[in-house]
Amino acid sequence: MDYIFEITPFLLDGFKTTLWVFSITALFSIPLGIAVCLLRLSKIKIISLIIQTYILIMRGTPLLLQIIFIYFGLPIMGIVLNREVSVSIAFILNYAAYFGEIFRGGINSIDIGQFEAAKVLKLSKTTTYLGIILPQVFKIVLPSLGNELITLIKDTSLVYVLGLGDILRAAKTLSNKDATIIPLFIAGGIYLVFIWFVTILLKKVEMRFEYYK
Amino acid sequence: MLRIENLNKSFGDKKVLQDLNLEFERWTITMITGESGVGKTTLIRCLCGLETYDSGKILLQDEDTDNNRSIGLVFQNLNLFPHFTVMKNIIYPLIKVKKLEKRLAISKAEDLIEMLSLNGLEDHYEYQLSGGQKQRVAIARALAMEPNYLCFDEPTSALDYKLRDNVGKILQKVASKGRGVIVITHDRDFAQKYGDRIYELKNIYN
Repeated sequence: MDYIFEITPFLLDGFKTTLWVFSITALFSIPLGIAVCLLRLSKIKIISLIIQTYILIMRGTPLLLQIIFIYFGLPIMGIVLNREVSVSIAFILNYAAYFGEIFRGGINSIDIGQFEAAKVLKLSKTTTYLGIILPQVFKIVLPSLGNELITLIKDTSLVYVLGLGDILRAAKTLSNKDATIIPLFIAGGIYLVFIWFVTILLKKVEMRFEYYK
Repeated sequence: MLRIENLNKSFGDKKVLQDLNLEFERWTITMITGESGVGKTTLIRCLCGLETYDSGKILLQDEDTDNNRSIGLVFQNLNLFPHFTVMKNIIYPLIKVKKLEKRLAISKAEDLIEMLSLNGLEDHYEYQLSGGQKQRVAIARALAMEPNYLCFDEPTSALDYKLRDNVGKILQKVASKGRGVIVITHDRDFAQKYGDRIYELKNIYN
């Protein structure tokens, strides 16, 4: 028990990294995902094609590789970024692609009649999307969005590749140093509690959208 | 007057409307009947700007209806916004398009709610309404925008006889306020009973 109390502060220190990578990615990639989705649906073919290519690359290559490319590959082209910025950009760009496709699925599932009603009422395209379509899309995509956010929490451990100390790296270091598997179990427990907390939050958000059917 | 001149519309190779000429007037209920597939809904969609047409003209008081601002539509499946209350369904376009202050929009909506007997349902959502109530909300939403002409796509298709007569009376009320009412219907009895003028579209291939 003493050992657990002794190592927990180290693990929680690592958890801070997990938390900021998760927060910054969730904060920026969801709005960016909406933009990706709208551009993907653009009637201007070239824009849609560029976005499709971006989505293909983001979903078709490992996130780990994308992090490595941004931190180690971009300096070859003269773009030097620090580890935190590299990780943030890689995560945001990667997750925006997934969120974009989730939103696209949501928009496609909205009855065409909603768009037509807005058009007959002379609502502008921006008002139609912001006021009519996206609020309905959110309700539809929330479960998928939640799933992706939970995957993101676990994906944050990939930051180890740039030497950033997240909770899993802290647990592994302690485990190697003390020749015990306990730190890994505790790290697993911290992940579980955090994901449980996020799940409850998501459930609350879903409930806020239950005011209509 | 709303005039359609030599209107032609095809979907790919299939011609739906051919050299169609029609006139609609305000204060009048015009019924458009005809078999399924003769292009009744296509006609109304062209009128409301939901469909482009190949050639011809749609003239509103001798002006081309570029923006169709004066033609409203009550859809067959109504297309209410399900995440809005009855009140918000009505006031949202008023605030966003007509740029009315919320207070004025609500006051206007209240008049329509009164006229269409929707009192007490202001805070209800679509799923809490009956078919007839939903239809009246859709009518209120369209009327709020003060169109000179209001089109109805099969307004009686899902209603029983009693509600059908209620719709007929609403159409009369709308026309009596100086609007032109254009109704697409399969229901010949309804057309005879409430129409001031009846057009029957024929299949151009017959």
